[in-house]
Amino acid sequence: MKPILNIDNITMKFGSLVANENVSFTIHDNEIVSLIGPNGAGKTTLFNCITGFYKPFSGKVTYMDKDITGWTSYDVCKLGITRTFQIVKTLKEMTVEENIMTGAFLHTKKRIESQKIAEEVMELTDLTRKKNIKGGSLTIVDKKRVEIARALATRPKILMLDECMAGLNQTEIKDVMNLCLKLKDSGLSLLIVEHIMEAIMPISDNIVVLNAGKKIAEGPPEEIVDNDEVIKAYLGDKYHAKSKKH
Amino acid sequence: MVKNIRSLIILIVAIAILPLIFKSDSFHNVLVLLLIFATLGEAWNIITGFAGQTSFGHAAFFGIGAYASSVLFYRFNISPWIGMFVGAIFAAGVAAIISYPCFRLKDSYFAIATLAVAEIIKQLFVSWDFVEGATGISLPIVDDSLWHMQFNSSKLPYLYLALGLFAIVIFICNFIENSKIGFYLKAIRESHEVAESIGINTTNYKTYAMVISAALSAFAGTLYAQYILYIDPFMLFTLDMSIKIVLLTVLGGIGNIYGPIIGAAILIPLSETTRIVLGGTGSGIDLMIFGVLVILVACFQPKGIIGLVQKIVNNIKKQKVGEGKVETNS
Ligand SMILES: Nc1ncnc2c1ncn2[C@@H]1O[C@H](COP(=O)(O)OP(=O)(O)OP(=O)(O)O)[C@@H](O)[C@H]1O
Ligand SMILES: [Mg+2]
Repeated sequence: MKPILNIDNITMKFGSLVANENVSFTIHDNEIVSLIGPNGAGKTTLFNCITGFYKPFSGKVTYMDKDITGWTSYDVCKLGITRTFQIVKTLKEMTVEENIMTGAFLHTKKRIESQKIAEEVMELTDLTRKKNIKGGSLTIVDKKRVEIARALATRPKILMLDECMAGLNQTEIKDVMNLCLKLKDSGLSLLIVEHIMEAIMPISDNIVVLNAGKKIAEGPPEEIVDNDEVIKAYLGDKYHAKSKKH
Repeated sequence: MVKNIRSLIILIVAIAILPLIFKSDSFHNVLVLLLIFATLGEAWNIITGFAGQTSFGHAAFFGIGAYASSVLFYRFNISPWIGMFVGAIFAAGVAAIISYPCFRLKDSYFAIATLAVAEIIKQLFVSWDFVEGATGISLPIVDDSLWHMQFNSSKLPYLYLALGLFAIVIFICNFIENSKIGFYLKAIRESHEVAESIGINTTNYKTYAMVISAALSAFAGTLYAQYILYIDPFMLFTLDMSIKIVLLTVLGGIGNIYGPIIGAAILIPLSETTRIVLGGTGSGIDLMIFGVLVILVACFQPKGIIGLVQKIVNNIKKQKVGEGKVETNS
């Protein structure tokens, strides 16, 4: 597998708060990488650093041998990396179809063509029936779908999803998991931030764990679930000690 | 989109027939002004309605258009038709110069900068002898001719020129709204971050919108100067003028291509009536009444009168669907 996105020693500070500290990992072609960690670990901040919403304090982001550190978000997207937002940002006054078409216009000037791309994406994300509903009047679940669909319509090489399963029920989570696997099959790489372990573990090829800004573990899912550091980060020292006794 | 074009054609034909039915000069006068202001509203709608970047300075571009053609005709006897395009190019240039740096900054410096621009240009023109400074320019009267864009025996030619310009501008707006740039501008209006995340260079697109908007406003300026045949900096580059453009569009429906014509159809007759009744400039009574209307609209229906109409139509449709009389159109 060929590496396509390389995160190299990224550090991001807000004043004296270090949100990311020397984080490094690599995403390969056709791979699902998950980024997990407790609240405030710095996952969204790292997303923002990769996609040009923040300029990292130090470190390097390389996409296929191209140094893209500090690039603007739209140039990063044009290159093939598209992200979604943890707090969904549906274009309220536009319909579902128009939301997705806006993404699809990245690779075409023609309305008809963007409509065609939008149709394919809506089919894939199960939104076809809702295409004429305004973004503002969707349920949260559908807003999350639109969020993914709009990003997909830009035809990315790497799709970055920030907690797109939070608040979904079991079947809906299953749908998103299947979608992720389908996208991987079609040749994409995914970087997923998620708290729901039952969803992450079965689909990830590699998991990166952040805690308080630092990477504390990395490896395939089966290794991560047994990792002491990770359990400690999630459950706290006390709990960890207790669970050891049993 | 096809449906849109059909309604636009109906609207324009309807306006074209009106002056043939109502033949009074004062009605024609109101209609000419109404169309010019509706055109300005359409132009303003591109940057503020579509792209969501509030401009309080569109009088500047209107004035540049008026001055460009007038100066060229007054000094060099060049046809206003050519002056019209020269004005549009100047206005576009000025728009690009002021807006590009503002748009690069994330905050709303743009609105503030537009407030200043008309004022700066006014001061510049007041002290500029080549354009006759504060005295203003009285255009030399010539025989009626299309080439010189002057018609002294009837208002009808002006009326149809104004309608022609309005038609062109409203079709341009309709085209923009339905093409890539329109989608991008609306995305920028709704969420800057989403726009950037899906590959939109927001600075560039906002600047395009501003440049188009300014050029179209300048066209209207030339027509206005030819109609009034007199211009000076104090009537053109005023905050009053800019605010009129803002208010009429907001009342009619911001971001909607029918908004400006509806707003102008209320504001301009109101202005003209108060001017005739109270004399002079109407002491601003028109803007006061209009301001109250805008406040009412803003409180009850932020999308303006057109939003209200849409709501009512939707309700009627829903009722009919409830009664099973109307098939869903898909
Ligand atoms: N723009 C900002 N300015 C200042 N501090 C910030 C900013 N963005 C994030 N932070 C801080 O950086 C730290 C990491 O936040 P971040 O949002 O990246 O966490 P996260 O891992 O995404 O958490 P969650 O799981 O809750 O989404 C937090 O302490 C947060 O308060
Ligand atoms: Mg987060």
